[in-house]
Amino acid sequence: MPAEQLLLQGNEACAEGAIAAGARFFAGYPITPSTEIAEVLSRRLPEVGGHFMQMEDEIASMAAVIGASLAGTKALTATSGPGFSLMQENIGYASMAQVPCVVINVMRGGPSTGLPTDPAQGDVMQARWGTHGEHSVIALAPNSVLECYTLTVEAFNLSEQYRTPVIVLSDALIGHMREAVTLPAADEMRVAQRGEPFCEPEEYDTTASTVDRIIPAPPLGSRYKVHATGLVYDRRHWGRPDTSDPGVAQDLGDYLREKIYHHRDSIVRVEAVEMDDAEVAIFAYGSVSRSARAVVRWARAQGVPLGMIRPLTLWPFPTEAVELMADKVRAVIVPEMNIKQMSWEVRAAVAGRAEVVDYGRVDGRLITPNEIRALVRHEFPLHGWEE
Amino acid sequence: MVAVKGQGEEKAAAPVEVRFSGSGGQGILLAAAVVAEAATALGKHVVATQSYGPAARGGASKAEVIVSGQPIDSLEVESPAITLCLSQEAFNVYAADTRPGGLLVYDAGLVTPGASLCDRDLCAIPFTHETTARLKRAVVANIVAVGALIELSGLLPAEAVEAAVVARIPERFRQLNIEAYRLGRELAGMVGGGDRASWDRRSPLSARG
Repeated sequence: MPAEQLLLQGNEACAEGAIAAGARFFAGYPITPSTEIAEVLSRRLPEVGGHFMQMEDEIASMAAVIGASLAGTKALTATSGPGFSLMQENIGYASMAQVPCVVINVMRGGPSTGLPTDPAQGDVMQARWGTHGEHSVIALAPNSVLECYTLTVEAFNLSEQYRTPVIVLSDALIGHMREAVTLPAADEMRVAQRGEPFCEPEEYDTTASTVDRIIPAPPLGSRYKVHATGLVYDRRHWGRPDTSDPGVAQDLGDYLREKIYHHRDSIVRVEAVEMDDAEVAIFAYGSVSRSARAVVRWARAQGVPLGMIRPLTLWPFPTEAVELMADKVRAVIVPEMNIKQMSWEVRAAVAGRAEVVDYGRVDGRLITPNEIRALVRHEFPLHGWEE
Repeated sequence: MVAVKGQGEEKAAAPVEVRFSGSGGQGILLAAAVVAEAATALGKHVVATQSYGPAARGGASKAEVIVSGQPIDSLEVESPAITLCLSQEAFNVYAADTRPGGLLVYDAGLVTPGASLCDRDLCAIPFTHETTARLKRAVVANIVAVGALIELSGLLPAEAVEAAVVARIPERFRQLNIEAYRLGRELAGMVGGGDRASWDRRSPLSARG
């Protein structure tokens, strides 16, 4: 007998996933459609010995999350478009100072106040490039309530392992819908713990992380001296600012990128649906991928070789999976609730080997199966479709 | 009894889309939540979405529940098999989306249906009027409507939905809501009279094929 099914909201699942991942600190400022994450954690965190803080704005929220993480606690915040914009500078600080933390962005229509209660996918590029300067980031895109839970756990694991902010890109539809789910038992989930640095305190200052051996962040107040700075620092002398040596800056920039990209194969997760003999593929993520999957089933029931590539990891971009897809199919349909944001990345990876068909919608409505069906019909003009 | 009950598991397996609609404040979200929770407790696959924002405070609001015996792909309800309308505005906006052959239940005291919906099973019950007359509390008309909708559609076992009402409603309002749910089932039994056989033939779930 499996564990009991629960009727859980996507935002509630994110909150419970954070608790399961060991997060014990949340700082945030309420904003639709993310507010339930804060609401649930304001009740749940004190129950498990954690802390919840409502801050004066999103800038302070992100700063408090970084502070909590530097003190040794797994920490997160949750927000939506306008708040995500305000957090960008401090997300860059977390990238630079290599502070593990998780930001859940429940995407809504934008820019600015936009469509506060309607879903969008307009922040996928902001998640990658929203903060200034060269940096790397990890971003995950759930397409179900269960994935709101499991990918939040995954986000914490990746943030600890790679000492980086990790963004969970949910949307207003996924965040507010409820699904019957059976949550995995605690022993079925891998939860990464923040380790001790691999070296003694006196060696810490001179022991450099490498891409193969990222030294965990020691908590403030421990035996280790910690200096977290937003300035460029010498990677071989932790936290020592050095803005005069171009070589130091280049080394740090390369390292901050490569510590993620070097591990792309183990970070990136992609779901392939009916791709073995696919002639045309849909590239879809988040809530739109649910409509796309329905269309794949519909097409296959009629003997039409349609498949789907669904990245659970948006950043780093699943370049290899798209390259493999491009060798198989003659066309890739990219429906997204923005205008061509990820399809440019798809185009770059496809590199002319297949046609790329964009389909964008920014009116706060989910792209429906019927809309995608019309695109698929166009790619199989000779097929006799059943209505 | 129409629909899922007695039709075997293979019918129960296909996704059934249900839309609850009315005005903000009529308890549309609660009505949908009760059905979604009953289906969850029965081990079904369930997706529940709702309108959110200004529409939840007056105007036409809606909540949708998809119940299925198999994993649910699409989150979008485009043409529900079952629609409940508790206000004229909701009827005007949402009733016509009901798929041909589908079940359309509405509050006969608040809604005057248009003439163009003759290929749906229109089922008119004066929920608000009857609830006020029998229970003295119009506020539970939403749960009366749930009782009628379950009785008419056979979407889920009636006892399972009553159990969800019991589980969902706080103790001091529980008995009132149980009575409301049972009143809805009773009212549904008075609909159609001798024509119930035609209901069975044209039921939304058998029409799915």
